[in-house]
Amino acid sequence: MLTIENLHATVDGKSILNGVDLDVKSGEVHAIMGPNGSGKSTLSSVIAGNEIYEMTEGNILLNGEEIKDMDAEERAHKGIFMSFQYPVEIPGVSVTNFIKTAINSSRKAQGLSDMLASEMLKKIREKAELLEIDTKFLSRSLNEGFSGGEKKRNEIFQMAMLEPKLSILDETDSGLDIDALKIVANGVNKLRNNNNAVIIITHYQRLLNYISPDFVHVLHDGKIVKSGTKDLAHELEAKGYDWIKDDID
Amino acid sequence: MELKEKLLNSHLAFEEQSDVNEVVQTQRINSLKVFQEKGFPTKKIEAWKYTSLSSLIKKDYVLFPKNDTQVEFKKIKKYFLPDIETFKIVFINGIYSPFLSDTTHDGLDVCLLSAAFNQSKYNEIIKKYFNKSVIKDESLASLNTAYAREGAYIFIPKNMVSEKPIEIMHFSTGEQKTLWLQPRNLIIVEKNSQVQIIERHQSLVDHDVVTNSVTEIYAHNDALVDYYKIQNDLDSASLIDNTYIDQEKNSHVSVHTFSFGGNLVRNNLNYLHKGEHIMSTLKGLTILKDKQHIDHNTLVNHSKPNCESHQDYKGIFSDQSKGVFNGKIFVHKTAQKTNAFQQSNNILIDDKATINSKPQLEIFADDVKCSHGCTIGQLNEETLFYLRSRGIPRKEAKALLTYAFANNILQSVQINVLKKRINEQIAEKLGVDLGFDL
Repeated sequence: MLTIENLHATVDGKSILNGVDLDVKSGEVHAIMGPNGSGKSTLSSVIAGNEIYEMTEGNILLNGEEIKDMDAEERAHKGIFMSFQYPVEIPGVSVTNFIKTAINSSRKAQGLSDMLASEMLKKIREKAELLEIDTKFLSRSLNEGFSGGEKKRNEIFQMAMLEPKLSILDETDSGLDIDALKIVANGVNKLRNNNNAVIIITHYQRLLNYISPDFVHVLHDGKIVKSGTKDLAHELEAKGYDWIKDDID
Repeated sequence: MELKEKLLNSHLAFEEQSDVNEVVQTQRINSLKVFQEKGFPTKKIEAWKYTSLSSLIKKDYVLFPKNDTQVEFKKIKKYFLPDIETFKIVFINGIYSPFLSDTTHDGLDVCLLSAAFNQSKYNEIIKKYFNKSVIKDESLASLNTAYAREGAYIFIPKNMVSEKPIEIMHFSTGEQKTLWLQPRNLIIVEKNSQVQIIERHQSLVDHDVVTNSVTEIYAHNDALVDYYKIQNDLDSASLIDNTYIDQEKNSHVSVHTFSFGGNLVRNNLNYLHKGEHIMSTLKGLTILKDKQHIDHNTLVNHSKPNCESHQDYKGIFSDQSKGVFNGKIFVHKTAQKTNAFQQSNNILIDDKATINSKPQLEIFADDVKCSHGCTIGQLNEETLFYLRSRGIPRKEAKALLTYAFANNILQSVQINVLKKRINEQIAEKLGVDLGFDL
């Protein structure tokens, strides 16, 4: 589904990613772990099309199609979704209205008419139930005054509504207590199927206790330095990142 | 003949056709002298540095329009609040329209200022209040006073809540291609009473109408006044709004100014505190385009201890539109424990749009909390990225964020149908097709 080849990226002239290769197939969950400053968030932003980062070398393919020159919105229309570490607050626009706007923007890009109100409502109810979200929550202004847990749950709700092919969860576990973490993880698990894929970007292993990855990669200095299975995450948890650094040195 | 000369020379004719209320007449004559001395303000005056009236006053205006213009209610229905009952004081080309109005003398008075001038039972009130709050050396307010004859008169006696909001509506029909209007409103809210008022100036066809309006509001102890100014006029219409608010102990006067249109709009909003524990709220939302010009000039005069004022103005400027925010907070030596906040936040959508923002804090007391902030910016790329990553194209994402920026000014609007109406207007002005009912 997603193929990243020799990806180099800079921000303000500073090199952050120094040749990342990654291959994610349908139905797979990949975890990308690494210490602070290793380039994890940059990688997710570059895949999602954040123009702050300049891609200087390499390629990104989604189902064989080159996406590196596409705008963020175009990538979203192709099925890429990114859950933000710090979601934006939008006063005066409810969760429901925001998601309607997002869905209909994608439909418009694909030449479809707006989703019928009844159909939208049904889908909203269905997904809210799946993620154990109170419908009252959906009429609140997007992310305004939300707790950390509510923000993250709202990100996963949007993911559920948009039904992306590839979801990137950027530090979704940060700032969550254990109950919120379980709810968010549970939601992601329910949304997994053989036609989509998930990339989890995380510093800690704890989210991976609840969402089981097929592959774990360690990012260091803008490169994937080690790949393995779920066991690698446990090893990192036990030994810390210094172990990897020592290992490659 | 220059406009100033015309205004001075026409006063005799005005007097001949006006009431003979002595108190009012004395004020008129004195005020005419002030205007004669000062004339129209020029850019040489600090408070008018960024706003020029020169192109407005070059034109020749009709000062006394004819009395015979009728307008069908269905043609102007959309300018009134929908779905709820209101008192209405309606003027067509400056002249009262009894057919379109819905006034009352049942407990409270919602009627015409001319009626109050002409009837002896109002003499005491007119004597006590008329022109008392107006800052005497202001030439435009003086000009209005010189020609004060018609407008809204609202009197809410003590311990009364006006169940219906009051709409003061000024329409101009364009029958006079150029028209100079000077409405005068007098609003008295006695002890422990409440009222909601909406004021609107609207031309029905695009023509050169200039409105130089004065509104006096007296809020007595524990009074609650909730005032909304809707400024969404056609391209050639200009408005100079002079509002003077006198507040007594424990009163709260809130003024929301929504400025979405017109050629040139100048708001002079003045608060004077005459007791302790007063709250003053000033909120403004401006969305302008083309060559529209707005100048918000506020003054909060804190002269007593333990009072609060909150100012929050937001502006969104496109094309070559211009905004000015000049906010003055004056804290007298005796006004200890004052809390005064002022915020002016602006977004410039296009390179040629401008905003001049000037906070002026003059503080002579030592135990006060005063703050002011001003931002002028564009929309944040990171924030835009969030929306775009959800598939919302850049243009729509910008509009949606601008809408969100504007939205908080609406939160304190107390009349739901008005809130809904303004929300729709904001979406329309910003070109946000949100695809849902707001």
